Amino acid sequence: MSLAFFIQYLVAGITYGTIYAVVGMGFNIIYNTTGIINFAQGEFVMLGGMVAVSLHHHLPLPAAIAGAVLVTMAVGALIELIFIHWLSKPTVLRMIIVTIGISILIREAALLVWGHDVRVLPYFTGNEISAISLGGALISPQVIWVVAVCAVMVLLTTAFFQWTMLGRQMRACASNRVGAAVCGLPIRNLVTLSFALSAGMGALAGCVVCPITYTQYGMGTGLAIKGFTVAILGGLGNSLGAVAAGLLLGVVESFTVSALPAAYKDTISIAILLGVLFVRPSGLFGSRAATRA
Amino acid sequence: MRPALLRQVAIFVAVFVALELLAVAGEKSFLLTQVTMSAYYTLVVLGLSLLMGYAGQISLGQAGFFALGGYTSAVLTTWDLAAQRSVGWVAGAARVGLLTSRTDAFGAQVLTVHPWPALACALLLTMTVAFVVGIPVLKLKGHYLAMATLGLGTIVYSIAVGTARLGAADGISGVPPFPLLPGIGVGGSMGGRIVNYYVACGILAAVMLLLLNLVHSRVGRALRAIHGAEDAASAMGVDTAHFKVRTFVLGAALAGLAGVLLTHFNGAIGPSEASIMKSVKYLAIVAVGGMGSLWGTLAASMVLNFLSLRGYFGTLDDAVFGAILIAVMLFAPQGILAIDLRRALRILRPARGAPAEPR
Amino acid sequence: MTKAMTASLALLASALLAPHALAEDTIKVGAILAVTGPASFLGSPEAKTLEMMVADINAKGGIGGKKVVLIIKDSGASSEKAISFAKQLIEEEKVLAIIGPSTSGETMAIKALAEESKTPLLSCAAAEVIVNPVASYVFKTPQKDSQAVIRIFQQMKKMGISKIGVLSSNTGFGKAGKDQIEKLAAEHGIQIVVSEVYDSKATDLTAEVTKIKAANVQAIVNWSIEPAQAIVIKNARQLGLTIPIFQSHGFGNIGYVKAAGVAAEGVIFPAGRLLIADQLPASNPQKKVLVSYKNEYEARYKEDVSTFGGHAYDAMLLLSDAVKKGGTDRAKVRAELEGLKGVVGTAGIFNMSATDHNGLGLDAFEMLTVKDGRFVPLAQ
Repeated sequence: MSLAFFIQYLVAGITYGTIYAVVGMGFNIIYNTTGIINFAQGEFVMLGGMVAVSLHHHLPLPAAIAGAVLVTMAVGALIELIFIHWLSKPTVLRMIIVTIGISILIREAALLVWGHDVRVLPYFTGNEISAISLGGALISPQVIWVVAVCAVMVLLTTAFFQWTMLGRQMRACASNRVGAAVCGLPIRNLVTLSFALSAGMGALAGCVVCPITYTQYGMGTGLAIKGFTVAILGGLGNSLGAVAAGLLLGVVESFTVSALPAAYKDTISIAILLGVLFVRPSGLFGSRAATRA
Repeated sequence: MRPALLRQVAIFVAVFVALELLAVAGEKSFLLTQVTMSAYYTLVVLGLSLLMGYAGQISLGQAGFFALGGYTSAVLTTWDLAAQRSVGWVAGAARVGLLTSRTDAFGAQVLTVHPWPALACALLLTMTVAFVVGIPVLKLKGHYLAMATLGLGTIVYSIAVGTARLGAADGISGVPPFPLLPGIGVGGSMGGRIVNYYVACGILAAVMLLLLNLVHSRVGRALRAIHGAEDAASAMGVDTAHFKVRTFVLGAALAGLAGVLLTHFNGAIGPSEASIMKSVKYLAIVAVGGMGSLWGTLAASMVLNFLSLRGYFGTLDDAVFGAILIAVMLFAPQGILAIDLRRALRILRPARGAPAEPR
Repeated sequence: MTKAMTASLALLASALLAPHALAEDTIKVGAILAVTGPASFLGSPEAKTLEMMVADINAKGGIGGKKVVLIIKDSGASSEKAISFAKQLIEEEKVLAIIGPSTSGETMAIKALAEESKTPLLSCAAAEVIVNPVASYVFKTPQKDSQAVIRIFQQMKKMGISKIGVLSSNTGFGKAGKDQIEKLAAEHGIQIVVSEVYDSKATDLTAEVTKIKAANVQAIVNWSIEPAQAIVIKNARQLGLTIPIFQSHGFGNIGYVKAAGVAAEGVIFPAGRLLIADQLPASNPQKKVLVSYKNEYEARYKEDVSTFGGHAYDAMLLLSDAVKKGGTDRAKVRAELEGLKGVVGTAGIFNMSATDHNGLGLDAFEMLTVKDGRFVPLAQ
């Protein structure tokens, strides 16, 4: 393979990887606060894109995106308030099942509201065919935007959880719920906040990848699976890990396509996930203290 | 075999016979088709109920095992080896009776694997995969386990959709009926509807007997101990890993068996049988029936599958199962049938004198 | 155990004992369509089209004085549901004929059933195997994939293209097209240098397109129907590929052109004339049918018309013609269906025969391209 093509496959991998990473990071906020994986995270990504497209008919692009993020945050908070807020014993099993159910309902509701058509936001800069040359390879400017949003998200979430009071309170919730309650932390409100924040992150991710991937009522599931593959690979709760894992997975997928029939691209990535789960479930970059039987 | 269990199964069989007689009398025997299909899907769900209710392990990959069984049998019984008739192993297999020569739906003469060895292969494959994957997977907990089983289901689905030999997105059609006994076959022809109904009912009854027996034995108690407090059970000498894997493999075998039989009954299988949504539906049914309650799961499965297969939920089929999942998990995590109606109704009555019971 | 048994017994018994609506003097038509699920862009316009047509027919007094009752079942593109609904429609509802299913996999699953029960089946799915080998009761209304491929190859010959790269999705539609391309390439002087199958839900296909770019082909053929077909052309142009891109007739939905934006310019594909109905000369025999369908559908449902809905239109059209001539006996309807000639539908003009249960020829297709975001006929 010539150098130009090698770099092109690499760039393609970065395109996939940043999309996965930006979705995967959304899981971490809810996980850091409640210890559960929100199977409905993919739907927040879908909602972000859909709402942004609808708002864009009336508002300029930046306002439409901001509006989409706010609306999705409200939806996230609402979901938590309706389905989860008043549960006294949210066991992991119950929560997994409930969030699966919620993701189905959101998807069907989206079908009802927007139909099955594919929707697209305009490229933030350039258009559908513009490309920047990078060492002989061509990359869409939108990918740069995704990378930028990724970086900003990593910075904000790490800073939030490490250095702000609110962030540390949320981590305390996940670490020891009863203990945190004893310390006087408003557990239930923190959980609602975490859902709102995760939803907002998901929506932002959805808006920035929308020009590349389009948005459709059913796209949430596929993205969610890739998203939490990446979140687990990188170590749950670790945003930087999610980015690194996302890039790794994307590049591996891209080079898999160069060598094997493209039909098995997804099989390979799931096989990698299973392999990591069997050998080191805390993920490539997570601490060993994560759940093990 | 405890007489109480035999009695329960006997009642169940009697109920099914009554349903059939009722249907024929009311000239509605066509309804038995969907009941037969539901019975096969119930096998899948019973395995899941055992795994979730007794061993306490969540699995989002049951549809994958169903597909493994169904596709294996479908491929083997439709793969025409007539052109290789003279090749050594083909000729040998044909002589031994492993291969059978038959006319397919379009009148051509084909040489394919006989359904019985195909069934054996399907079960062997399903159980082997479950065993090999189960050992590492069942060491995980909570959402890691859920993710791993989800991943398993996804791999099966993507292989089914991506492989030309498996029919890719179209699936495999033209699967011949399964010759259970001389004269009795599991197949979709209209004339065999009643016979097929009783075959399905019989298989379901036999499996229920097996599982009820298992649950009321040492094994069942060990499983419940694992579900209740795994570390304590382990400290008491229960080989937790061994029991969990065994339950997983049993559940997979039941799903594979159901896959084979239903594929022959339908005459076709498609990748939709391996989809994640199917696994989620199985989960919803177990939740409604009560995890670990075998009769509850059976009832929930028969009813929900029957309604779904008749299109009762229309275009909202997925949404209904999603709503069921949420509702049951929030309000009745022990299953709908565990709701004590009397207790619930007592709470609605205005309190008089005596203080309310502590909840 | 008692509670469980009582509950399920009650429910099942009520289903069994429920009084069944007696069929008055009506014509019952069943339809198995993938209204929701992964093939909803097929089933949804098909269902809407059928409802629209049946409403029109009944407003005019029905067929032969009898009202038409349409029973639509949503199979969600799953073959087990298609089988269950087929049995339900045939045995329980005793429909005259079944329109659908929307996908090839489902159609193949019920082909033998329709034949065995002697129920006319008018499929809206495209695979060749549905009508080849011919089953006397099974018909299909979409154009033949093989003919779409031949039209593309003919166009390539005119443009001097002989080496191509093929991309297809892992759906039934994609697979069917890929099979035909591989089968017909040699006899039309086309060499397939590279052929890749991608996941229909893929969100970006840069790596796959890079593989095609590395093979140095003269043109790309993409065969899929979901959003991926717009993503492919976008990625191809982003990678700097200026070679001609050919799409399947699945590209016939203006939504994908809008999604692909500038990248869609110049894409060449064969399609039914529905997409350029307004631009057809008045002398074109299909124009009247196409324009009236387009206007009525868009006015009623406020969404763009698509060629997939047209397949259901053609099915209903053929069926109602056959019923007008043959009455409500299934065998007679089948015979009439086989003998229909010169029926002007949306996909083309149908000429059925005992050996051809599709009835459409090469001229059912028009080669179209995209210019300024609109479908226009390709300049010959």
